[in-house]
Amino acid sequence: MFDFTLPSLGADMDEGKLIEWKVKPGDMVRKGQVVAIVDTSKAAVDVEIWQDGVVHELLIEPGERIPVGTVLATLLEPGEGAASKGVRAGAKEARHAAVAGAAVGERRPPSAAAVPAETARLRISPAARKRAEALGVAIVQLTGSGPGGAVTLADVEAAAQAGVRKAVEAAPAVRPEVDKNTEMRRAIAAAMSRSKREIPHYYLYETIPMARAQRWLAQANEGRPITERLLMAVLQLKAVAAALAQYPEMNGFFRDGRFESVQAAHIGVAISLRQGGLIAPALHDVGSKPLDQLMHELADLVKRTRAGSLRSSEMSDPTITVTNLGDQGVEAVMGVIYPPQVALVGFGRIMERPWVEDGTLVALPAVVASLAADHRVSDGHRGALFLAELRERLQRPEEL
Amino acid sequence: MTEKYPELRANVIAILRGIAPEVEVDELRDDRPLRQQVDLDSMDWLNFLIGISERLKVSIPEADYGRLVTLGNLLDYLRAKLG
Repeated sequence: MFDFTLPSLGADMDEGKLIEWKVKPGDMVRKGQVVAIVDTSKAAVDVEIWQDGVVHELLIEPGERIPVGTVLATLLEPGEGAASKGVRAGAKEARHAAVAGAAVGERRPPSAAAVPAETARLRISPAARKRAEALGVAIVQLTGSGPGGAVTLADVEAAAQAGVRKAVEAAPAVRPEVDKNTEMRRAIAAAMSRSKREIPHYYLYETIPMARAQRWLAQANEGRPITERLLMAVLQLKAVAAALAQYPEMNGFFRDGRFESVQAAHIGVAISLRQGGLIAPALHDVGSKPLDQLMHELADLVKRTRAGSLRSSEMSDPTITVTNLGDQGVEAVMGVIYPPQVALVGFGRIMERPWVEDGTLVALPAVVASLAADHRVSDGHRGALFLAELRERLQRPEEL
Repeated sequence: MTEKYPELRANVIAILRGIAPEVEVDELRDDRPLRQQVDLDSMDWLNFLIGISERLKVSIPEADYGRLVTLGNLLDYLRAKLG
């Protein structure tokens, strides 16, 4: 018998609300399977289980608000007999004590306790929610056709055409959008304040010539159908992962007063949301995947992030964050580290710059790459070497 | 201002709205850079062009991206491609 607890879904999330169970007692579950959907201040998250087993008892009802670490369910190990089932009789009572304990846990900042309990939220993308508000469609009356029954933009449009009007009595079930935005701002505020309070940042930046990478990318994309084309962002992510392999002190977590290095580069990709705010879910194990696969996974991650459909591992795993604000036209970004991570790499816009090479002035496309890193874990010297390595990697795009 | 190729334009706008639902269609100007009017990052832009190439059955080589700055550029380009 083992417990399935609500995993941490990032520094700015210390509680969630169970929306739905995807399993029932007696079900066999596999490692990595989505077993529940939990709403957080940022998104509805598909919570995965990290061990094979058989569901024994579900301890939390949909609609309950629960802190991180709460036991959500008990499971039997594969092959474990029913004889041991009786051992946990009264688990429901026991977990109430656990919830009470977790509520006063030290990892829970007091501000989060002030978040009021709210009414049930349906699975719906932010864009669809906004559209429904605009069209006066009652979301609670919709049947979702998206992943996991999520209400999509198309569902909203269809319902509007069919003349489903917003029912006044249904209003309490719909969380006003302004509250969701407020909640997200509060979550970002909590994480970023903690970062600035606890992490002694140092900042470095380096201008990186991009002519080779651009030429390589243009050639690579020339023969590809549009659906298979690569973005420069993918090369940059892969180059960061390659550099991290040599500078592991930039990749991992600072927890309980010490640094835990992580071997795989699970890069949190900062993705801005159309209604405001951002999420930086993990692109897993970037260093070991070919560019084509990374491109597909990145496209899928962006899509799901915007649709509000992420997996728990994507929320909890990032070992470093990469932000790319070049599309917005800025030259450089000095980032704020997302705790408990210890570094953030930022890319600005790729633009033509005057460049001196062998005593000759030329115009070259270049990008400013920046590093914000945790001085408790690394020093500027190592940070500088890391950026130099990143620069070298981007000069050899064919090896990425 | 009369709008170019209303049917083609409507198709393109529909695809754009699938990617940027917040876009104010009535305020879109054909003669201004599209990505200054609509917040499209490089992934959005790629998805927009994928949407167009799939719906209208045209191929858009990456080498042509540089010519597609305004909505007007894009509509002229597509019109020529569609014959």
